[in-house]
Amino acid sequence: MNRQTRLAQVFVELADTMVEEFDVIEFMLMLTERSVELLDADAAGLMLADERGSLQLVASTVEKMRLLELFELQVQEGPCYECWTTGLPVTGVALAEAVDRWPTFTPVAMAAGYSSTHALPLRLRGRVFGALNLFTDAEKPLDPDDLALGQAMADVATIGLLHQRTLVERTVLSEQLQTALHSRVLIEQAKGVLSERAGIDLGEAFDVMRRHARGNRAALTTVAQAVIDGTLDHRILVPATP
Amino acid sequence: MRTVEILSQVAADHPEPDELCQRLVQACVDALPVTGVGMVLMTDFGPAGVVAATDGPAATMEELQFTLGEGPCVECSRTGRPVLQPDLAASGPSRWPGFSAGALEAGIRAVFALPLRVGGIRLGVLDLYRDEPGDIGEKELTEALHFADAATSLLLHLQSLAPAGTDVLAVPVLEDRAEVHQATGVVSVQARVPLPHALALLRARAYAAERPVLELARAVLDGELRFDGHDD
Repeated sequence: MNRQTRLAQVFVELADTMVEEFDVIEFMLMLTERSVELLDADAAGLMLADERGSLQLVASTVEKMRLLELFELQVQEGPCYECWTTGLPVTGVALAEAVDRWPTFTPVAMAAGYSSTHALPLRLRGRVFGALNLFTDAEKPLDPDDLALGQAMADVATIGLLHQRTLVERTVLSEQLQTALHSRVLIEQAKGVLSERAGIDLGEAFDVMRRHARGNRAALTTVAQAVIDGTLDHRILVPATP
Repeated sequence: MRTVEILSQVAADHPEPDELCQRLVQACVDALPVTGVGMVLMTDFGPAGVVAATDGPAATMEELQFTLGEGPCVECSRTGRPVLQPDLAASGPSRWPGFSAGALEAGIRAVFALPLRVGGIRLGVLDLYRDEPGDIGEKELTEALHFADAATSLLLHLQSLAPAGTDVLAVPVLEDRAEVHQATGVVSVQARVPLPHALALLRARAYAAERPVLELARAVLDGELRFDGHDD
């Protein structure tokens, strides 16, 4: 099978995973495996920036702890760190010449048997989310075609990542909206219940519930629910009630 | 991609947030062979507020469904599926007796209600009304579903403008049902019944008196109408 055909297959396979029950880790793992295959590399890893702004390994084709260290070391230096901070690809770095550039990372990478490394940015509209990191045993530069292909893989990873974030964000927002709607209704109903029980007007009923919520560090909706359920007696809320 | 087009059309020249939904229902009524469009927020209690409605009978229809607690919009939200009623005169009355009577009187002959939801979370309904009976075509239904997706995105966008970590409702609501919910609370104490039952009492009374439920709610809040006798 030629590379073009295989490439088309890989993209279909990746697109297939972007369904509703989308597993971002599984997706990233598949992406690193296919990158190794298509770019004739020996190992790949995908690192993403977390909320605190440091890089974390999300998926890699290596399992041995000793090799994982390669990624863990890249919090302060290394191809991924460089790629992530500059937003530019880091390509064809011969490790034998990189000791000064990355003093901690380079000896570990060489001890693991690798000769060269590349890192391609995961970016969208000027933001860099992380980097796709490749290692090869032999000293081997990426030709322009390889580079374009590698960057395409990194772009697919970015889209997958955003897709995941969007699903999560949509869920959070819609839950917020539903909670907001529900609590509004609940509070209005509780105002009606309390005003009728305690013989006060709606405005007073609201003030009383709010004061009680603040005084007891409770949410207003919790107080409203307790008024409705009758677990919070109106004589406690409005002591002056005859 | 059509959904994105609709959103960019609605958001062109950056309108105020509270105009967005009105623009969407207007764009929807312009793009589809329907005569009215309404967008409603829903909770487990039923309709929670009209967000936008086109001029004409759409707003009246939303009010009617709120008064009755029945209709295509209520059913659509409960089941989470589109409710397509191409011939209201023929099959509406057996399905929604109260709603159909009112809708037919207002000149509505077909209703199509589409759920606005994210996964299993129900947010509201987009209601399409037409003054002639007839199926909605496959292409038109696809287009309507794009409008429903755009409406959902719009609701989420509006909610995302709320201050972080609050339960504040950031979607501007045209028809606030606050008085009906307050009156529901009052009636539940007077009639010693749970809230859903109290709302049903209020609705039944409104329907029987042929008055909007909001009017009865105000009468309850003013003390002109009480529900504490056994004759209620």
